[in-house]
Amino acid sequence: MDIHFTLNGEPVRWEVAPGETLLEALRAHSFYGVKDGCSTGDCGACAVIVDGNPRNSCVMFAFQVQGRTVLTIEGIGNPDKLHPIQQAFLDLGAAQCGYCTPGMIVTAKALLDRVPDPTPDQIREALSSTLCRCTGYVKPAEAVMQAAKVLKGDGHGAKNPR
Amino acid sequence: MEPRILGKGVSKVDGVKLVTGRGGFTDDFAIPGMLYARTLPSPHAHARILRIDASKARALQGVRAVLTHEDVPRIPFTTAGQGYPEPSPYDSVLLDRKVRFVGDRVAAVAADTLAIAERALSLIDVEYEPLPALFDPEKAMEPDAPKVHDEKDTTGIHDRTRNLAASVEAQVGNVEQGFAAADLILERTYRVPHVQQVPLEPHICISYLDEDGRLVIRTSTQVPFHCRRTVARILGLPVGRIRIIKPRVGGGFGAKQEILLEDICGALTLAAKRPVRLAMTREEEFSRSRTRHPQVIRLKTGVTKEGKLTANEMTVVANTGAYGGHALTVQCCTGSKPLSLYKCPHVKYQAHAVYTNLAVAGAYRGYGCPQGYFAVESQMDELAQALQLDPIEIRKRNMVGLGDSLPMAEVLGEGKEGFHQKIESCGLSTCIEKGAHAIGWSEKRGKPGRGPILRGVGAACLMQGSAIPGVDMGSAYIKINDDGSFNLQVGATDLGGGSDTIFAQITAEVLGISPEQVVVYSSDTDLTPFDKGAYASSTIYITGGAVKKVAELIGEQIVKVASGLLSRNQSDLRFNDGSVVAPDGASVTLAQVAQHSFYTQDQFQIQATASHMSYACPPPFAAQFAEVEVDAGTGLVRVVKFVTAVDCGKVLNPPLAEGQIEGAVAQGLGYALTEELRFDEKGRIVNPNFTDYKIFTARDMPEMKTILVETHEPTGPFGAKSVAEIGINGPAPAVANAVFDALGIRFLELPITPEKILKALKERAPQEAIA
Repeated sequence: MDIHFTLNGEPVRWEVAPGETLLEALRAHSFYGVKDGCSTGDCGACAVIVDGNPRNSCVMFAFQVQGRTVLTIEGIGNPDKLHPIQQAFLDLGAAQCGYCTPGMIVTAKALLDRVPDPTPDQIREALSSTLCRCTGYVKPAEAVMQAAKVLKGDGHGAKNPR
Repeated sequence: MEPRILGKGVSKVDGVKLVTGRGGFTDDFAIPGMLYARTLPSPHAHARILRIDASKARALQGVRAVLTHEDVPRIPFTTAGQGYPEPSPYDSVLLDRKVRFVGDRVAAVAADTLAIAERALSLIDVEYEPLPALFDPEKAMEPDAPKVHDEKDTTGIHDRTRNLAASVEAQVGNVEQGFAAADLILERTYRVPHVQQVPLEPHICISYLDEDGRLVIRTSTQVPFHCRRTVARILGLPVGRIRIIKPRVGGGFGAKQEILLEDICGALTLAAKRPVRLAMTREEEFSRSRTRHPQVIRLKTGVTKEGKLTANEMTVVANTGAYGGHALTVQCCTGSKPLSLYKCPHVKYQAHAVYTNLAVAGAYRGYGCPQGYFAVESQMDELAQALQLDPIEIRKRNMVGLGDSLPMAEVLGEGKEGFHQKIESCGLSTCIEKGAHAIGWSEKRGKPGRGPILRGVGAACLMQGSAIPGVDMGSAYIKINDDGSFNLQVGATDLGGGSDTIFAQITAEVLGISPEQVVVYSSDTDLTPFDKGAYASSTIYITGGAVKKVAELIGEQIVKVASGLLSRNQSDLRFNDGSVVAPDGASVTLAQVAQHSFYTQDQFQIQATASHMSYACPPPFAAQFAEVEVDAGTGLVRVVKFVTAVDCGKVLNPPLAEGQIEGAVAQGLGYALTEELRFDEKGRIVNPNFTDYKIFTARDMPEMKTILVETHEPTGPFGAKSVAEIGINGPAPAVANAVFDALGIRFLELPITPEKILKALKERAPQEAIA
């Protein structure tokens, strides 16, 4: 079946199988930033933003994004122009193995789009949809806070602020 | 001279690709014609395969290869990725006539799609003869217990008639004498469960034949070189016909110090002559990967009334599950490290690692130490309580320090005798002081409040090691390029902890350049020199030592060329910001040196290689502190604050060092409170998913504080020792001790669940007249 949707700002038409998950479809089209950690919607490594809301793409069928807007890590920033959340993850050492990092950044983006001035608790609540086994969530939570400041314009995005 | 780059929070060299989702993990790669493989798991905990018929599976359209035990040679090996000869029994074969745990591999299929492979598995007809299963490790050595390994062709099993995979015994002094000298003897039995490493990326590999017919395996491994050697043995290929490539790894923590997929995936590629991808599902990761060894630990300690230890005797029964990889060495470490932290004239250690028909244990961050420290550090608190000493005070009266030897480490190496160890750097007393201050020890200790939320603080002291002395070796190669950049090639295996970045920092420090000038390529058995792999807290200490040596060799070659170009003495020249500079200001850039050496005169490639190993194994030290709130109504323990003060020698990259501690603490808190693989009466895991096996989420984490207490380790690169594992050792005892401070109840069994707390409160209730 054919689906039409907006992916990272571009209109696309993909042929997908009826039972194909959005995760499978994205990876089949080389969107490798979307990771498979459990296939059951529990770990958040496959998170993408659908119409502004974070969604686990492993428990959505690809056809469900027909006519909708999807944002993946690839659409948030790129090596030449990092998004402030990506820059903060880089500067603070918030990515260790990096497997859950795209999911965390996507989740953080969805949070900051809705709540530009989050409390530490709101950040932890949002990040709790992504499982990480490397960082203890300490530096990711700090990075989201720093990115929020940069996005509001009252941070300097200073490299290695320590 | 003050380091320019080491000690700074240099961003990870692979950071940009990780934060943009371009990490290049094993699965982020497609080869035309690639097949998808699945393996058939055993439904039985213990059974013999009487008959296996794969003809229907083979006939299915799209199936390109099917393998059962009838199709492959029987070559015993160990899945443990360790130095050769491995100190683990050769008790596994590629596919066996017998299955030994639920999930054991029965057959494998490669097909055009995953769906066809799944369908093919369902068409394999297997007739099993179920055998009595062994689930209780404490009954494993009894004469009438089922025999998990009754086959005759395995080697290295300590005593197959008693299900003994491995056995360890070591003694320093004479414990009988020590107990006779004690004023107080305390004996307790501790129990620790099956827990798992849970890397977010499940095991995966992709294998293919290159244009020369060599087998290439792209795999998420911690041990590329051990993997190559083991796969060569299993598949009957020369080592030189195999290439292992480790791309980015999505976490390992010991689970990937095993050869679990590469053998069968390679066999399918050889059979189908096609690229094959084989990955574990999350459920398989829980049921068929590896776990931390569950142990029953009996600890008997003698102490004088002044609180000085006179004797320590630890006896362990460890459950290694169906196979015995790491059974010997993990149990060695349970004894050698936790029993070395405190000075004690008489120490005895005995461990039996027994087979059962349950999940297979192996390497997991801490490698036997989290089990041992839970016992030792709980016991120290109880001794302090009995002697009416502050728990910190009793530790201070006994802990090792600068100049002390570690006699247990000497008699108990990893699988054989160790080497003499003397402590040449130790910041433990500073760690205790700073950590106690940060948690508010003196203000908060012994003030539980009146409920229903009761508060407590608890402490634990730890040490670990840095690499396996006399065994682990790492090596590095550097060459210069035209523009004065350098290629650094290391066999070492960055799992995310940041070793590639630290190596770039070390190279940059020595050669006076920025880390961006160093192109790091790691873990490819064709293109990088040998390395033991990522385990035993060894990478920075061992391979970092090799990188420092090779960078210095390169420096000498550069200086020689520059000396000719500048007509100055070699001994006067210094590296500075990409140039070689003489005292009078004359200078030449590294690019000019490179171009001169390539093109102008006496042409040669500036290049060098170096190796490093160590007979010293300097321990990092740490003090960890937990503050908890226990809800007496629900039994729930909430960790409010957690402090780690750690001495890892010179800190080469502070954020990366902190990250190692923070991640280890999160895992250790799971061990303390929430994590446990549970089995039904047939040996099946009932919680093989993230809903029922609870790892800590962002919301569960306490306020965290990590204090880096710097020392200088003379045997380490730039004064560094390890930091990767130590942080996982303390959360369980620190939390148990804090729970005791809150409730006055001691928990000897992990995890400390609300059910256990409520049960203990209920049992105590009559005395307290709670209605």
